[in-house]
Amino acid sequence: MLSVSLSSYLTLAAILFAISIAGIFLNRKNVIVLLMCVELMLLAANINFIAFSHYLNDSAGQVFVFFILTVAAAEAAIGLAILVVLFRNRRSINVDQLNEMKG
Amino acid sequence: MTLEALNYLTAWPEIFLLTMACIVLVVDVFISDDKRDFSYYLSQLALLGTFAMVMMVQVDGREVAFNNMFVQDALSVVLKSFILALSFAAFVYSRDYLKDRNIFKGEYYVLGLFAVLGMMLMVSANNLLMIYLGLELLSLCLYAMVAFNRDNGNASEAAMKYFVLGAIASGMLLYGMSILYGLSGSLFLSDITVAISQADDSRIGMVFALVFILVALAFKLGAVPFHMWVPDVYQGSPTAVTVFIGTAPKLAGFAMIMRLLVEAMGDLQADWQQMLIILSVLSMATGNIIAIAQTNIKRMLAYSTISHVGFILLGILAGSNEAYAAAMFYTISYAVMSLGAFGIIMLLARKGFEAEEIDDFKGLNQRSPWFAFLMLVLMLSMAGVPPTVGFWAKLAVLKMVVQMDMVWLALVAVFFSIIGVFYYLRIIKVMYFDEIADNQPLSCGRDMQITLSSNALLVLALGLYPAGLMSLCLSVFA
Repeated sequence: MLSVSLSSYLTLAAILFAISIAGIFLNRKNVIVLLMCVELMLLAANINFIAFSHYLNDSAGQVFVFFILTVAAAEAAIGLAILVVLFRNRRSINVDQLNEMKG
Repeated sequence: MTLEALNYLTAWPEIFLLTMACIVLVVDVFISDDKRDFSYYLSQLALLGTFAMVMMVQVDGREVAFNNMFVQDALSVVLKSFILALSFAAFVYSRDYLKDRNIFKGEYYVLGLFAVLGMMLMVSANNLLMIYLGLELLSLCLYAMVAFNRDNGNASEAAMKYFVLGAIASGMLLYGMSILYGLSGSLFLSDITVAISQADDSRIGMVFALVFILVALAFKLGAVPFHMWVPDVYQGSPTAVTVFIGTAPKLAGFAMIMRLLVEAMGDLQADWQQMLIILSVLSMATGNIIAIAQTNIKRMLAYSTISHVGFILLGILAGSNEAYAAAMFYTISYAVMSLGAFGIIMLLARKGFEAEEIDDFKGLNQRSPWFAFLMLVLMLSMAGVPPTVGFWAKLAVLKMVVQMDMVWLALVAVFFSIIGVFYYLRIIKVMYFDEIADNQPLSCGRDMQITLSSNALLVLALGLYPAGLMSLCLSVFA
């Protein structure tokens, strides 16, 4: 039986986390991509929690993941709602054009 | 497990607030627009009732509930009562403002009450999960409140920025928490404390987790270099929401720092102290210098918030019980001052006019000497001039920093506060010595006049008798 070591999971989570951060900073086009990056970041944390929970034999980490998933759903709902409002007011969801206020 | 084992009576104020928020939510659906005041009174009743219950909670040291998830101690009781009082005043100030803009809706109060609930849970958290859930309940309500005026482009832009940066902060926090959980094997703060004190090999991993958690805390409080959202959100959101965001959540943020850094990761103090020094110096420098260039008073107050956050971090990094008390004193007095300042902005605003520019304050003394005087007191207090509470707050924090043998840091703080005095004095100059630009009489309800006056006079009174609040803060950390 093939077993995957804890460090493999942690490396995967770290890579996903790095991709999401890079995505947020490199992306200059679309706000929706930002929302996707944020989701990816939460999933990276989820992988960490589940991997640790399994190797520690402690279920608290898995319970935490359920809560994170629920909150992420609520967060996506609010984020998309704000996006709709933004598009109605500005006719654009381009990150570069979100610069009406500065200073 | 029996119901008694949960010891749920300890969380009675939170349960009451949750019930009331749900009642407001349902009642608001069934009343017509001209009776909307009813939702307002019901929400205020909810806050008052919760306040009374928090006052009635008898705390002998420390009481836990819900299987150790929830803790009621002196810190949580004091912070909760201030959070409730500040939110009550913010609701009073915003009523006329919302009515003038046709956004006097029940949603504002429902979201506000849930945000207060989130703050109360954060303050009472004893487990990483509770901290996260309390924080998210607060943040999600605030995102929606910022976008509340849905036809305003700036408000929706501010909401989008706040949402994205807030979500990044939550992601950072979770990543840090997951590593902390993996290394300590538990989500309870007390277990993490034990694990850190016994850690040898895993200490570097703990510091790794600490970095992520600290970045998230800096994001939420608005410390430089994680402050980008603060000016835009303060400027873009309706002033009725700014007054809410700028006051009570600062107390919740302070509690979160106390729970995570001091309570759970106290043994890593040497590590977080270094990081907080950088954050604090950068915040004081950036906040005070950029504020000078602002013409929009809400944006100026946002940069002033950033500089005040630097001062609060200064108190926390000094790292003794007395220093935590000084930081708490600073946080509470700052929240009271900024509540008053945003209250005055809303007092000047009327239908179709926001009073957001510093120029809108020209000649305020001729229009209303009393409110100009109140603004004078608030601005002097923010600048840290005696005999206002702002002076004692700065003094207390600086004293602690000097006691830690970090005189250079205290000198840096004093240097930047002196730069900061300039822009507060400019408001005073504009109010008293400039030609009047706008002759409209000020109008506001009796309730707002009384609350606003007592708010500003409280700043003066606490400045004349700081001992009461100071001993309250000291007793929390005794």
